Amino acid sequence: MSEIKFSERLNERINVLISRFPEDKKKSALLTILHEVQDENNHVLTVPLMDKIAEILSIKPIEVYEVATFYSMYNHKPIGKYMLEFCHTSPCCQKGVENLMDYTCKKLGVEQGQVTADGMFAVKGVECLGACGYAPMLQLGDYFHEFLTPEKIDKLIEDCKAGKVEMISKV
Amino acid sequence: MGKKILLEHIDIPGIQGYEAYRKVGGYSSVEKALKMAPNDIVEEVKKSGLRGRGGAGFPTGLKWSFIDKKSGRPRHLVCNADESEPGTFKDRFLMEKTPHLLIEGMITSSFALEAHLSYIYIRGEYMWVYRILERAINEAYANGWLGKNIKGSGYDLDLHVTCGAGAYICGEETALIESLEGKRGNPRIKPPFPAVSGLWGNPTVVNNVESIAVIPWILNNGGEEYAKIGIGKSTGTKLISASGNIRKPGVYEIELSITVDEFVNSDEYCGGMESERPLKACVPGGSSVPILPANLLFKTAKGEDRLMTYESMADGGFATGSMIGSGGFIVYDDRACVVRNTWNFARFYHHESCGQCSPCREGTGWMEKILWRLENGYGSMEDIDVLWDIQRKIEGNTICPLGDAAAWPVAAAIRHFRDEFEFHVKFPEKIKNREHFVAEPWEKVKHLLMKEEVLV
Ligand SMILES: Cc1cc2nc3c(=O)[nH]c(=O)nc-3n(C[C@H](O)[C@H](O)[C@H](O)COP(=O)(O)O)c2cc1C
Ligand code: SF4
Ligand code: FES
Repeated sequence: MSEIKFSERLNERINVLISRFPEDKKKSALLTILHEVQDENNHVLTVPLMDKIAEILSIKPIEVYEVATFYSMYNHKPIGKYMLEFCHTSPCCQKGVENLMDYTCKKLGVEQGQVTADGMFAVKGVECLGACGYAPMLQLGDYFHEFLTPEKIDKLIEDCKAGKVEMISKV
Repeated sequence: MGKKILLEHIDIPGIQGYEAYRKVGGYSSVEKALKMAPNDIVEEVKKSGLRGRGGAGFPTGLKWSFIDKKSGRPRHLVCNADESEPGTFKDRFLMEKTPHLLIEGMITSSFALEAHLSYIYIRGEYMWVYRILERAINEAYANGWLGKNIKGSGYDLDLHVTCGAGAYICGEETALIESLEGKRGNPRIKPPFPAVSGLWGNPTVVNNVESIAVIPWILNNGGEEYAKIGIGKSTGTKLISASGNIRKPGVYEIELSITVDEFVNSDEYCGGMESERPLKACVPGGSSVPILPANLLFKTAKGEDRLMTYESMADGGFATGSMIGSGGFIVYDDRACVVRNTWNFARFYHHESCGQCSPCREGTGWMEKILWRLENGYGSMEDIDVLWDIQRKIEGNTICPLGDAAAWPVAAAIRHFRDEFEFHVKFPEKIKNREHFVAEPWEKVKHLLMKEEVLV
């Protein structure tokens, strides 16, 4: 039995997600559950967390690990509290995202893929996020920030520091 | 104004919610369907000539008629909302604006397929859209459009939304099914096709968001009415995601008959180029389709007007044509460097290869490396030939079409822009800065290459 205890809200949510699949196909809820667990645990999926999920779904731990390492949205190392994920695929590049990423990195004093010393921010390049017509853009938590300019980046970073930025969407 | 089927109601205040949607006739196709024989609905869809909007353009009615209804196994309809093809953002737009349209389509289509458990699989990055759909599905349950004995018809349907977690490959239908089963997104070898053995081994139809969202209209107005829109085998309307250096990027619904010129240059759609810099090239159907140089975009090689239809866009084959694909229409002005852009797409495919087949896993990586070398001034002439060779060896030799999707853009770039690749080899100092063609567009520097050739 795992030591980990999920919050009541999380347990309820997991039950809802499992109920969307036939009794013997609980494993199908795995990807969604991983998202929810990650959201409640500082954006990182540790081994004990994954083991707990395996226990809940009555599957082998390896079945959770292999999925958690295949998909790019699951993290296994600490990321910044605010991870700025810029889309760096062609249509966004055509709208100047590379310069904007340079600007952001310089402002925060980090290289791409690094976390600031205070653990607050990270800058990362990711592949097309389905906002090509609203480029350049970035994803922060569940939300997209589009038609970016250096001014908008400045404002976003300030708002993050002030704790004013919404990260997780609710049903 | 072109006819609007999918986007007809998007500007109505509150249309995201059930009440407003119902007021404009929402869910009437379900009422109609429940009084029909399921196979008659399939026939109606066949008559419409609707072709799948996910990229391949396979006729939807025909696909539905393949679903195995004899084995007696449970059937499923799965909506592909994974939308990750670079350049494509139409499904997101539709789901965000009118989630009930997709849900209505799912109910009517599930009834036609005699499915009792259906899913919408949405990419994990669209988490806020996932919540919108979740809310809308709850509303549909609360109003008796889902669940047991829908509107007293005796038909039961459960519909749920579930999400991915960042993997382009999960847009491929068998990878999507694997992912929906809670596994890694590794495509399956076909056959068996999902229509015979799909989700949990049950007969399954996978359709794109847009394909399903148009079903209510087809049922309400009749397949023949739908087939009257468009030209030939390109019937109806299609959503186009327009991006790049145009004045008005965004999602547009077009009739499958207008000219590319009208789409790019008229105020109803893209509104022309964003600045005085000229159009250099266009990727008309998402990153996987061949890039077209400006001279082949508005006219076919035969000199005819090119149309926004499946056939016209493909006119000339891969030699001088392209594909309408997912409708991800990316416009590049002369600031773009084709070599850099091809490298960018190659990096994408390398990143997204699931790694099951060696031609794709290794080939995409080699292509990315060689293109990086060329783009950064370390390439040689042989590199261009090696690149050509690699893409040729990937195409057709893999489990799923991601391999082809990675190969085609490279092939088309070399085919149409070989001199630009050669320029990168011969003038490395001219392309050091990543914005090399911003300051000096290709048209201004290409004479250097010509001069060189005269000298040799
Ligand atoms: C690598 C790859 C990615 C794909 N991505 C998507 C996608 O994001 N959305 C989609 O609808 N179809 C995608 N497809 C096509 C699907 O496999 C499938 O053909 C489609 O969902 C069928 O729906 P339709 O008949 O309504 O077009 C992709 C195919 C491949 C090979
Ligand atoms: S072609 Fe590429 S993505 Fe498709 S199954 Fe093979 S390795 Fe995976
Ligand atoms: S290319 Fe950036 S969102 Fe599509």
